[in-house]
Amino acid sequence: MTVSAWLPARVVSVTPTTPHARVLMLDVPGWPGNLPGQHLDVRLTAEDGYQAERSYSLASSGGGARVELAVDEIPDGEVSPYLVREVRAGDELEVKGPLGAYFVWRADDPSPVQLIAGGSGVVPLVAIARARIAASASVSPMRLLYSVRSAGDALYAEEISAFEDRGVTTTWVYTRTAPDGWNGRTGRVGADLLADAVWPPTMDPLIFVCGPTGFVEAVADALVASGHDAGRVRTERFGGS
Amino acid sequence: MAIISRGFGSRRREADPRLPPGQYLTEDFPVLSAGPTPKVSTDEWRFSLRTEKDMVTQWTWEEFLALGVESIETDIHCVTRWSKLGTNWRGVSLDAVFAGIDTDEDYAMIHSYGGYTTNVPMADLLGGKAWIAFEFDGSPLTPEHGGPARLLVPHLYFWKSAKWVRGIVMHKRDEPGFWEQNGYNMHGDPWSEERYW
Repeated sequence: MTVSAWLPARVVSVTPTTPHARVLMLDVPGWPGNLPGQHLDVRLTAEDGYQAERSYSLASSGGGARVELAVDEIPDGEVSPYLVREVRAGDELEVKGPLGAYFVWRADDPSPVQLIAGGSGVVPLVAIARARIAASASVSPMRLLYSVRSAGDALYAEEISAFEDRGVTTTWVYTRTAPDGWNGRTGRVGADLLADAVWPPTMDPLIFVCGPTGFVEAVADALVASGHDAGRVRTERFGGS
Repeated sequence: MAIISRGFGSRRREADPRLPPGQYLTEDFPVLSAGPTPKVSTDEWRFSLRTEKDMVTQWTWEEFLALGVESIETDIHCVTRWSKLGTNWRGVSLDAVFAGIDTDEDYAMIHSYGGYTTNVPMADLLGGKAWIAFEFDGSPLTPEHGGPARLLVPHLYFWKSAKWVRGIVMHKRDEPGFWEQNGYNMHGDPWSEERYW
C-alpha cells in the first residue's frame, strides 16, 4: 500500500470515550485503505496558514472512505487538545497514510496473537482485534491484556468487554484504582502476570505491545526474559522517556 | 486550495528556523523501536566492517574507541515529527572507521544487535557527517536509546541513526533496510521531507 498525498478529511462524528479522550470518525474520499495496526498523519491548518502535523494510530482497517481515530489528550500538547476539546462534526482537516508496515496483523497469519496495551496504546490493538473478529476464516487464537490506571481511563471499554463473546478474551489490569468489588489484577504488569495472561512461549505467539515508553520497555523485557523470541515481539511506543 | 481547520491555532508553538518542515520541538527524548531492547555489554560488543572483497575488519570496544573520540553538538529529527535541538554526543567519526578500509562501494548497510538494518549512502557517512556514538549528554548511552553504541547521522531522519550497531556491510547498490522495507524512504532527508515511500 502506497502512502497517500495529503487528503481532505471531514469529521463525521466525535464521541467522548473518557474524560480526556475522544473517538473521531472521519470521511476521507480517496483513502487507500489500511491494515490493522497502521497509523496516519494529521495536518491542521489555521486561518493564517499556520500548520501542525502529528501521527495517530487508526482504530479502523480495511478499505472504504471511513477512518476512525481515538485521541488521548496530552495536556500541554498542541494538536491533541484541539482534537479532544475543539473539533466537531463538519470540521475539516487533512490526513496522509497509511503509515508503517511492521506493526500490523495479517488475517492469513495463523499464529496465536497476544495483544498487550497500556493506556491509549490500545487503539491499534482494537483495530487488530476487530479485524480478527471480522475475519471468519482466520484460525488465529487472539487475546488481549489491557493495563489502565482506572476503569474510567479505558478507551473502548464497552466494546472490549464484548470482544470476549466473539473470541478475543481480555485480561484487565488496573494500575492505580480498581473498580469496586474487583478481585482481578491490580498494580504494575510484571513477570508473574505475563506468565498467566499471555500465550506461553511454547505456542510461539506473535505479540503486539503498544503503550507509553516505560510500559513497553518493561513488558518487552519481561517477555524476552520469560522465553519469548525477541523477533516475535513487535512494539510501538509513545511519549518521552 | 488549503483546507482550514476551524478554530485551530489558539495554542501554537514558536517557529524556529532550525526545525525542518512538519517537525515540532520536544524537550523529551522519545524512544521508538520495532521490538524489545537488546542488552549488550561493552565487553561482548564487537564492531565489524565487511567490504566487497569479503575482507572483514573487527574491533573490540577499546580498539574502537582508540580510533579517536569526538564531541558532537547537533539537532536531531525523527520521522514521527519531533525534533530536538542542540543535543550533545561523543563518538567515533565514520571517517576514522573507514580510514584504513579499502572499498569502492557507494552504499553501506548498517547492522544492529537484534537484527535491525538500515541503508545509508557512503556520501552521507563520510566527510564529518556521521559517527558511532556511545555517550549522550555526558552519560553512557542507555540501552533504550541504542547503547552501548548507535550510529549518529543527524542530517537524516533519526531512524537512520541505527541503535545497537554492530557492523557495516558494503553494497554496490542501494538496498532497503528494515524500515525502508516497511514504508519509509530510502534516503530520509528531513529538509525535503523524504519520509515515506
